Amino acid sequence: MSLPKLEELSQSVWQGPSLSTGAIPTKEWMDTPVTFKPGGYAYPAKKEKLEYLDSQPGLNFPFARIWSPEEDDWLLPDNWKDIILKGLAERLDKFRSLKIFMDCCVRCGACADKCHFFLGTGDPRNMPVMRAELLRSVYRGEFTLAGKILGRLAGGRKMTVGVLKEWFMYAYQCTECRRCSIFCPYGIDTAEITIILRELLYSVGIGINWVIEPVSNSTKTGNHMGLQPLPFRDNIAFLAEDVENLTGVKLDVSFNRKGAEILFVTPSADAFAEPGIYTCMGYLLLFNALGLDYTWSTYASEGGNFGLFTNNEAMKALNGKMYAEAERLGVKYILGGECGHMWRVVHQYMDTMNGKTPANMEVPVSPITGTVFNNAASTKVVHITEFTADLIKHNKLNFDTSRNSHVRATWHDSCNPARAMGIIEEPRYVLDHVVDKWWEMPENTIREQTFCCGSGTGLNTDEIMELRMRSGLPRANAVKHVVDQHAVNTLACICAIDRATLTSLVDYWTPGVTVCGLTELVANALVQKGENRVDMPEGLRTMV
Amino acid sequence: MKYSFSFLVVIALALIAGVGSQIPGMGYFFGVVIPYLAFAIFLGGIIWRIVYWAKSPVPFSIQTTRGQMKSLDFIKHSRTGAPDTNAEVVGRMALEVLTFRPLFYNTKSELREGPKITYESSKWLWLFAIVFHYSFLVILLRHLRLFLDPVPVWIGWIEFWDGLLQIGAPTWYITDVTLLLAVVLLFSRRLVNRHVRYLSLMNDYFPLVLLFSIALSGILMRYMLRSDIVNIKELLVGLVTLHPVINGHIGAIFYIHLTFISALLVCFPFSKLMHAGGVFLSPTLNMRNNTRAVRHINPWNDPNIKPHSYADYEDDFRESMIDNGIPVEKGLPPKDEPAEAGAEKKAEE
Amino acid sequence: MYNKGLIVPGLIITVLLVTFPFWFDVFSSAESTDPTVELPPGGEQNCIYPADEMRAEHMVILNEWRDDVLRNGNRGTVTVDGKVYGKGLQLACMKCHTNKEEFCDRCHTYASVVPYCWDCHLTPTQQKAGLKEAN
Repeated sequence: MSLPKLEELSQSVWQGPSLSTGAIPTKEWMDTPVTFKPGGYAYPAKKEKLEYLDSQPGLNFPFARIWSPEEDDWLLPDNWKDIILKGLAERLDKFRSLKIFMDCCVRCGACADKCHFFLGTGDPRNMPVMRAELLRSVYRGEFTLAGKILGRLAGGRKMTVGVLKEWFMYAYQCTECRRCSIFCPYGIDTAEITIILRELLYSVGIGINWVIEPVSNSTKTGNHMGLQPLPFRDNIAFLAEDVENLTGVKLDVSFNRKGAEILFVTPSADAFAEPGIYTCMGYLLLFNALGLDYTWSTYASEGGNFGLFTNNEAMKALNGKMYAEAERLGVKYILGGECGHMWRVVHQYMDTMNGKTPANMEVPVSPITGTVFNNAASTKVVHITEFTADLIKHNKLNFDTSRNSHVRATWHDSCNPARAMGIIEEPRYVLDHVVDKWWEMPENTIREQTFCCGSGTGLNTDEIMELRMRSGLPRANAVKHVVDQHAVNTLACICAIDRATLTSLVDYWTPGVTVCGLTELVANALVQKGENRVDMPEGLRTMV
Repeated sequence: MKYSFSFLVVIALALIAGVGSQIPGMGYFFGVVIPYLAFAIFLGGIIWRIVYWAKSPVPFSIQTTRGQMKSLDFIKHSRTGAPDTNAEVVGRMALEVLTFRPLFYNTKSELREGPKITYESSKWLWLFAIVFHYSFLVILLRHLRLFLDPVPVWIGWIEFWDGLLQIGAPTWYITDVTLLLAVVLLFSRRLVNRHVRYLSLMNDYFPLVLLFSIALSGILMRYMLRSDIVNIKELLVGLVTLHPVINGHIGAIFYIHLTFISALLVCFPFSKLMHAGGVFLSPTLNMRNNTRAVRHINPWNDPNIKPHSYADYEDDFRESMIDNGIPVEKGLPPKDEPAEAGAEKKAEE
Repeated sequence: MYNKGLIVPGLIITVLLVTFPFWFDVFSSAESTDPTVELPPGGEQNCIYPADEMRAEHMVILNEWRDDVLRNGNRGTVTVDGKVYGKGLQLACMKCHTNKEEFCDRCHTYASVVPYCWDCHLTPTQQKAGLKEAN
């Protein structure tokens, strides 16, 4: 869809009538049906992708069909309501979090203006509490005594097609970034609500293709883009060649190699798309300089896991590849690249879903410094930034920060690493060592209060570009602040989705800012033996 | 409608209790039957609700981290932001539950020209909430003097400090004023703050109106429409020792106060008021952030969900992998060449 | 994970807290107090108001008297049924209710009321003891 001009959208955001700008809708939300217009929704999941996934053992993606959100009739199965209500009952039994979050909200409104979707769209149903009320009202109306008796008076309503459409709209205007959860006195996490809503929607065949196609591809080929073994390897080999041309150092890269000490897994976006490829070049250069005994896998070639954005069964199936491959190759542990939601899955779900780890895996030890990563003793997956910070602490890396003199950086904390893991200081520690100086964005937009890029959880699709620019506004605004104040020109982060989406975001709101991964900066500043660097005014991005 | 209904209910309750209790013989109904019933529903209700919650497992470790995780030795760990041990979880929960930490860090964002979004600290909700909850706690404890005989000395201390200002007789309690004020402010906030106004339900107004009425009727009883406290205490002690008696005359205001409280007790387990218990069970708050170090168990983890296997993967792409020197597990299946060659030979023959 | 080991004790603690008054009185070893007051030894039958009203309102009357006498300097008297009462705890009340311990304290202790009358006033018993010492 065509994206409005900057001036138009700017005007609309801060002057258009919305709850953000002070206009209170006169109609109650329950009386306001949702309408789908082009640009307002991501395209539905393709029939054949759902069918393929449904055929996989243990996965359930029923009612694959061709349908359009714009049509009145969504071609739902006859017993759709039954399926939804049974599904909700089942999930109440499976997730204590759901029960607690349904029962405990006092609607204090602390979360209301914490959501980037709300700030950018001013749509009342994008206040996190309201997003939860979309589900909570049905929970009350269909599952609680008070709601059954008092109905709407007690905030309850029955499940209808209109409600389902509302769910579809707002479950896909949430990036599960958890910022609201930090401000909630009960820790109510809208990500959990959105996860449940999406699971329920998939149970009646409703989903978006930007999520389902990567899940399907990842299942079959191992990565989101559906790169088969050869192109995957070749892409990385090309990047290795680029590094060789830039630095004059011969790289040793292996794939599916048995007996390697470490299996390296990173989001596949790093292997084929700008600007992730520069981060990937960084990994290659860094590991080579260290003489790390590691291998890539073409089978477990995806760090990201869009299963998290569909249902927990798909998440488990996709994630299982990492341990399966670690076992097959006989590695001691896994080193994970820079990725946001990958790390939510690794840190909070992986061991639970697919542990215990294969017998050949060991508590991770840095082969360079001897540091034992006890914090990863059970999953045996180490974050690249922990790994690098430890190297720096032990003086194992020799940096020439002047090589990054073209960089005036600020740091973007990605949602999942910040709020579902707590990796906040390591990247700052690393950044301190690889650039001369860098600048923090305003304090309410960083660390655990960081703002999402606005396009996570599979919303990084072009048909909803205006929505993405709106939801990314709080982040872009904070970037603009440091651009204006300190002439910052680089936004560094440790998330592959961020690298892709923030690029479009800052290009729109504050052009002239480059988005890069942390390892790109690390590798560019790294002084290594036997190197013969060409002049690299743009670091690893220099064209030879 | 949302809040007018709440007022109507409260007025109706007051009329029923105020008039009803003064009908001879009905004192027992309003002073004994209703409170017992309400308390039974309250107690049964909260047990039922907690058991209902507890019956569902916490399948995944979904703590939200509000600070640095425990990782390398030289990285400063935020012990109450991303707790790693049980003791640290207790510390985090203490901050969340006792100090309302998330509300303390609340911000108000504003869209300005540009657009530019600004964030400023906004502690009003925190202030109103903390004043309300602690006033309520003190009042609750103070009321124990009417249930316990003899009265433990520490209740006297609470009363002493709460009545420190020594204004009037009987002495005005500080918490009576602060509770009433906090409830009024919390209610006004629901009307004034545009976000909260739009999302508030009757379920949000009613408890506030009820609490306001409880406080007001209590204050009226203590300072204006006084009733003999000894008769009241004899009834209340009777209630908790299961020998309820009503000696002498007790004013209607007492029955109104008691009926309001009974209404609150009945609502409690079935409403958002259960946040008092729920906050302790919230998985985002009460879990350790050590999931990579210690495995969390999901009781319904399905062992039948397996990844698309490597063997299947290799079957799909074996030929290309072998041709391009990517290591494989199995070689290509033997081709039918010998048979074909034999056939050719035969043909030649 | 169900956290049974924490929820069950938590539930028990919750129930114990909520039912605190029910079991406290049962387990309390201290003697319960008796709010029965000693009627005036002199056999007086009437006070300035009926008994019910006095029970509920005496603190207000005393407070008003104190303000009248000490702050406004108005040492007038109160006449009820031809009987004249001086405005004051010792001038009026304690004339008939001579025994603070058996009259005032009975209810005050029962209801945990600690009036600050006695910060300034002496009880009749204290007065007697004081007189003896002075002699």
